[in-house]
This record gives sequence, C-alpha cells and structure tokens, in this order.
Amino acid sequence: MELTPEDWSAVRLTLELSTVVTVLLLIIGTPIAWWLARTRSRLRGVIGAVVSLPIVLPPTVLGFYLLVLMGPQGAVGRFTEALGIGRLPFTFTGLVVASIIYSLPFVVQPIQNAFMAMGERPLEVAATLRASPLATFFTVALPLARPGFITAAILGFAHTVGEFGVVLMIGGNIPDKTRVISMQIYNHVEAMEYGQAHGLAACLLAFSFIVLLGLYAVGGRNALGGSR
Amino acid sequence: MNDATGIQLQCRLPLADFTLEVDLHLPGRGVTALFGPSGSGKTSLLRCVAGLARPAGRVEINGECWQDDARRVFLPTHLRPLGYVFQEASLFAHLSVRANLEFGLKRIPAAERKVGWEAAVELLGISHLLDRGTAALSGGERQRVAIARALLTSPQLLLMDEPLAALDSRRKQEILPYLERLHDELATPILYVSHSPDEVARLADHMVLLEQGRVVASGPTAELLARLDLPLALDEDAAVLVDTQVVGHDEDYQLTRLGFPGGVIKVTRKALDVGKRARLKIQARDVSIALTGENRSSIVNRLPARIVGFGDAAHPAQCLVRLDAGGTPLLARITRLSKDQLELREGLPVVAQIKSVALLA
Repeated sequence: MELTPEDWSAVRLTLELSTVVTVLLLIIGTPIAWWLARTRSRLRGVIGAVVSLPIVLPPTVLGFYLLVLMGPQGAVGRFTEALGIGRLPFTFTGLVVASIIYSLPFVVQPIQNAFMAMGERPLEVAATLRASPLATFFTVALPLARPGFITAAILGFAHTVGEFGVVLMIGGNIPDKTRVISMQIYNHVEAMEYGQAHGLAACLLAFSFIVLLGLYAVGGRNALGGSR
Repeated sequence: MNDATGIQLQCRLPLADFTLEVDLHLPGRGVTALFGPSGSGKTSLLRCVAGLARPAGRVEINGECWQDDARRVFLPTHLRPLGYVFQEASLFAHLSVRANLEFGLKRIPAAERKVGWEAAVELLGISHLLDRGTAALSGGERQRVAIARALLTSPQLLLMDEPLAALDSRRKQEILPYLERLHDELATPILYVSHSPDEVARLADHMVLLEQGRVVASGPTAELLARLDLPLALDEDAAVLVDTQVVGHDEDYQLTRLGFPGGVIKVTRKALDVGKRARLKIQARDVSIALTGENRSSIVNRLPARIVGFGDAAHPAQCLVRLDAGGTPLLARITRLSKDQLELREGLPVVAQIKSVALLA
C-alpha cells in the first residue's frame, strides 16, 4: 500500500516536531540533570519527582492540564497573549512545549545517571589542573557523559515520535500543523481504512525496534538508564 | 604573619569519626611526609590544602594566602597554583596521554611556565607513551603520566596522596627513582601522604605524624625516626636515617667508604663520586651492641657510641636502645636479657655493630 500525501505530511511533521523537541530537550535537560546529579539540596527529591511525573501520569491528564494552563483563562495562556505570541493550544509551538514536558524525564534521567556514574573525581582533578567550573563542565563532564547524551537523545526523539494522548488534548488534529503520525493512524482506523493504518503503524513499529536495537548497541545493558 | 616563608596550616574539619585539627608550620621546600595509619586524616588534610575540602582556619604557602577565615579569603581549587597527584591515577579517559598532559599546561600563561614539556616528559620517562590512549597504560605508567601532568602546571606546591599505594611492589620500585629525582631536581615543595615507613625514609626531609586527626609529632625525618617515644619505634621496621658523604673507595676489597660525624661506614662498592651525598637507612634490628674492647667478629661496621636511652619494642622480649654516634642517633633492637647481662645503662660507652645498611639515594 502507498502512503497518501496526507500520510507523508504527517510523517514530515512528526520528524520535524521530534527533532525540534530533542534539541530543546538536550539544552533544557542537561542543566536539570547536572543539578539533580550533584545537589545536596532538600529540594532534590521534589524537583526529581516533578521531572519524573510524566513517566507515570496518563498523557491525557498531562495534556488536559497543559490545555487549561495554556488556554485563554490559564496563567501561561495569558502570559503568551501578553507577549503577543497568541495562544499555544492547537499550534505547532504548543505541541513542542507539551512534548518537551512530556519527554523530559526520558532525557534527564540518562544524562543524570551518566553524571552520577562519573563521580566527583574527574571534576576534582580538573580543578587541580586550573580548569574553572565552567571549563570543567564543557571539557570533562560533557565528554565523559557522552553515552548518556546519546541515550537521552534517542529516547527523547523516539518518545516524542510515539506520543498520542498529549497531542490529542493539546494539538488536536489539524493537517500540516498538528496532525502527527499517531493522529493519522487514529484517523485511518476511525475511517475503517485498516490498510492505510497498517502502513503507518508498521513504519512506527520498525522505527521503534531499530531505535532500541541502536540503544543497546551503544550503551549495552545500561542503555535505558536502569539501575546499576 | 611575621613569617612569610614556609607552609602554615591551621585546619579544623569534622570528619566521620573524629575532628581533624592541626596547627602546623612546615618548611617551604623539600618533601614533607604526612605519615600515619589509614584513616588518621592524612588525605583529608591534603584536601584541605587543595581547597577540595573546606576546613575552618588558614592555609598559607610561602607567603601566599590560600585561605584565611579571619579575612574571609578562600581561593577555590582552580585558582590555587598547586599540583595534585591522587592515590589512583585519575587520567581523563576521554583524552590521550598527550591531551591529558596539555590539559593543565595550556591553562598556565607562558610567562609562568617553569617546568618545560621536555623536562617533565623526560623526568618521568613517558615520551614513548604520548600518543597512546590512557586505557592501554599500566598502573605505573598511569601514575607517571599523572605526576607529569601535575608538574606541567608549574605548581608552587605539589600534593601527592599515596601515589604508590595502588601499585604492586615492582611498580613501586619503578616509580620511586622518579620521585627521588623530583625531590633532587625541583625546588617545588612537596606534601607527600604515606603510610609506608620505607617511602618516608627514602623521600622525606620532614615528617608529620598524624593520629586520629591530630599531630603527634612534626620534625626532620631523621630526628623523628630515632625517637623512642613515638609509635614509629614500635614498628617491626623501625630504622634511623644517616646522612653521609662518600669519602673514598677501597678498590682491593671493592668497598665504598661513607663518612659522617659518627665515623665511617663501609658498604659494597657503589658507582658514586667522592664528595657525593648518600642517605643510609639503618634498621634497629640490624644493630647489635658490644661492650668496649676487643671483640672480633665478621661485622665490618663497628662504631663507637654512647647509650642515651631505652624504649619499648613491639615484643616484650625486646627493647630499643638509642645510641649517639658523634651526634648522630642510632637505634638498636636487642633482647632485654642482653640488656641486663651486659648491664647496659644510660651514658655507657659501647660499640654499635651494624650488620647491614640500605643506601637510599
């Protein structure tokens, strides 16, 4: 079966969304992971729990609250309108914001594990070799945590590709704007076009398998940031 | 602040089992050993000097203030001109040997580089390792790279935390000569943490004895080793150091004569020039005592000495006798039985018979 132009549009949109989200997640997630890995603050537990919340929360719950927050009555919605950005729900930007929150733990945890596994010693050594904390972070901590970053990027990307509930709540089903692959599959099934649904679903299945295969090749048994 | 030279450490830092509390004034040059049993606070003290731990107090190195609570001064580690060699060589795994060496060097302004690349690489014998990764190195090689890396920052103080502890005795023997060269060729003062009396005897000019976070004694190594009231005397390997000078060679018998104020000690022929300094280690168990008079034996080194004191040894059958040979202290470990049979007492002139000596450097 051939993929229709609508299907291709959904694929393109999904890849675009996942790429943007992954890049932003690495930028946002790294300082959070660094802080969680090294702080002795009492807030560590609370912040860690908040970041991990999306792992256990049903995506629809998360999506619902984001919808409320970003809506015209919500705090974030009023803020974005005041900034002149307009409202986020049912836009690509809204999807990006929601996806970042939804996939955050999948990026933060592998990086955090890598920072923790590295221990204090390389950082102390760098300090005795006159490297400032900032230089130490970029020339020692980041390179040593590379496997964690690769795992984080792959997981963040794959998790964004596969999301459905959050998109449904926050993005709706607008062609070329928010209609991603998982929505398109849902549309096909609703319309009883099982063949078309099959094509896209098989693509996602193959994609997921290849991602996991790659992950295990890169990181061995600790690839998914599991307990050491 | 009347004395601008030397290393002044006033540190107070609560640790898990006890509080580290020291007030030390150490020489600003040469090797100072921080000596004591495991868990006596040696490493913690070193970390305080480096700023890796934050004690209450003051740290001043040859007139430069690194920490002074009274003036609210605390330099972070990366602003302290020090070199630190950790117990296990902590080379950066993501960098080659060369890049490891350059890591510190490139952060030192050219005008402040006192230790050149060639000098450091040659001193530690690592030129053939430069382009390797760190994973391929042996334990001894890693430690030598780590030492060179620290030296290349041209530190004003070199801190070494049991750099040989993680190595087997063959690797130790491989590195010790390099450490001795550091001592001889660099003006940089070194604080050297160790729990090995042998290493301390070989390397240290000055030593600090730590126990439970407190300073039991601090002074010149030779002086401390010869003291009867310190736990060092109870050690199986209790020994004294004697600084000597080569006075001549006996080609017939293939012996080298080493002179010191207490007399001359003959050792098997060494390739040393006359006038060269040589430090000997003489173990208490290798020294016996004879009363003055003709007492023929095969022992070559027989020195006139005077008994200055007695102390306990580890085994109740034995005791330590401190002798004075022309101002140089010697220790002899003998049985208490001999002591009574020979009627040894303080002030008695005797002959110290030295069965063997070890040439250190």
